[in-house]
Amino acid sequence: MIEFRDLHKSFGPQPVLAGLSLKIADAETLVIIGYSGTGKSVALKHIVGLLQPDAGDVIVDGQAVSTLDRDDLTTLRHGIGYVFQFAALFDSMNVADNLALGLRRRRGLSDEEIDDRVREALALVDLSGTEERLPAELSGGMRKRVGIARAIALRPRYILYDEPTTGLDPVTSAVIDRLMVRTREHLGVTGVVVTHDMRSAYTVGDRIAMLYEGRIRQVGTVAEIQETEDPVVRQFIEGRPE
Amino acid sequence: MLRPYCFWSSFYPVIEAIGRRAVAAVEAVGRVGHFLMDTVRALPDVGTWAAPAIVQMRRIGVDSIPVTLFIAAFTGVVLALQASYTFTGTVPLYFVGTLVGKTMMLELGPVLAGLALAGRVGASMAAELGTMKVTEQVDALETLAYDPQSYLVVPRVFAGAVMFPMIIAFAIATGIVTGWLTSLILLDLSTPDFLKGLKLFYRFKDTWFGLFKSATFGATITMVGCIVGLSTRGGAEGVGKSTTRAVVYSAVLILLLDAFWAVVLL
Repeated sequence: MIEFRDLHKSFGPQPVLAGLSLKIADAETLVIIGYSGTGKSVALKHIVGLLQPDAGDVIVDGQAVSTLDRDDLTTLRHGIGYVFQFAALFDSMNVADNLALGLRRRRGLSDEEIDDRVREALALVDLSGTEERLPAELSGGMRKRVGIARAIALRPRYILYDEPTTGLDPVTSAVIDRLMVRTREHLGVTGVVVTHDMRSAYTVGDRIAMLYEGRIRQVGTVAEIQETEDPVVRQFIEGRPE
Repeated sequence: MLRPYCFWSSFYPVIEAIGRRAVAAVEAVGRVGHFLMDTVRALPDVGTWAAPAIVQMRRIGVDSIPVTLFIAAFTGVVLALQASYTFTGTVPLYFVGTLVGKTMMLELGPVLAGLALAGRVGASMAAELGTMKVTEQVDALETLAYDPQSYLVVPRVFAGAVMFPMIIAFAIATGIVTGWLTSLILLDLSTPDFLKGLKLFYRFKDTWFGLFKSATFGATITMVGCIVGLSTRGGAEGVGKSTTRAVVYSAVLILLLDAFWAVVLL
């Protein structure tokens, strides 16, 4: 289970998270929605210890992330896959090496097993045959799918998706959504998805939480959010300017 | 009563600005110290940095040879001609060999090659790591349980410290050879005379001093490239600024180190 406990984070004088508290149960997919710049990605980065909180903490499987030493943090990261907003593929490596890099860090995996896992993960995202291609030779949607494959290949317990459909056309977004659902069904992983794409949120989420002014404004099932009477949440999900 | 208050209050913005700069400078020193500590801490993680270090040794070392030898070749030619111009009529001409040898080994070989490589190696390193930083590739490495210090920094600094003395040894040899060829072809100097001058005041210290200095230049240039690259912020503009900064800092540090080792070791 992942739990945000009264998380505070500021950048300079600008507070971004101001008491974020939220629980994500095992095997569920929770979608965090919110306006741009409200700290959704910042919250996600705290889960893997890429950022240190000013106060509060993130608890993953009972461990407070900010208190972990380097070795324990490495162990924690072995169980988490992270899909970056712009894929963050290593542009000097081909697709296969991008996927294999994280696997080479795992002890006890032979080269054959790593190759198998790479092929399997690419097949799951419908990108078989792209092993030798460089990231620069891929479209935006393909890059995102390779990013998801890189996370899947690790067989993590948790996958964190940072704006997985941002900048993609509607059809490619739907492909990515289907992929996230398929990943949960096939691997049974717990997912945290940060997005402001409501169609994607409704498709992949078991629950949706809205982050507003550094805190959770409302959290509920997809149906509860769709029927909410909270004016801020309503305005956001309907995409009304006022 | 008000006059002194008004007088001093006009200095407040200046004092504040100085204070801000001082705090920023102390913070920067702290960050660099922290970075160096992290790099030292990552050294035992040989399994992570050994393979990328081989790649870096080729990129830093082998790929830098043409530009370094080009500079060294022309330096040797110019040194021989200038020595001849200075010595003619006052000092025996075989001292051309002495000047070419000593200058290439002690100073111009390491420093000129170091400055050239600060541009080539330092800039490309800062640009590469800066791009990785702003495109979240460094964060991605961390989430894959890699320590960026072990995977990115140590291989580069190690390769710089190991390969620079080798490249500069080639540069020194090239400069001496072109100096000898110039003496032979353009000056009225025989090979035995040039070699006599070359051997005249030679001490083994001349060799190890130049090469040791080169190793420190290599470590410094690569470390600066890494520090500046990994602290890049913003997009393409940030990468551009980091690249410029890496070259300027490296060049300044090379000259400071050059003076430092001359004071300490000579």
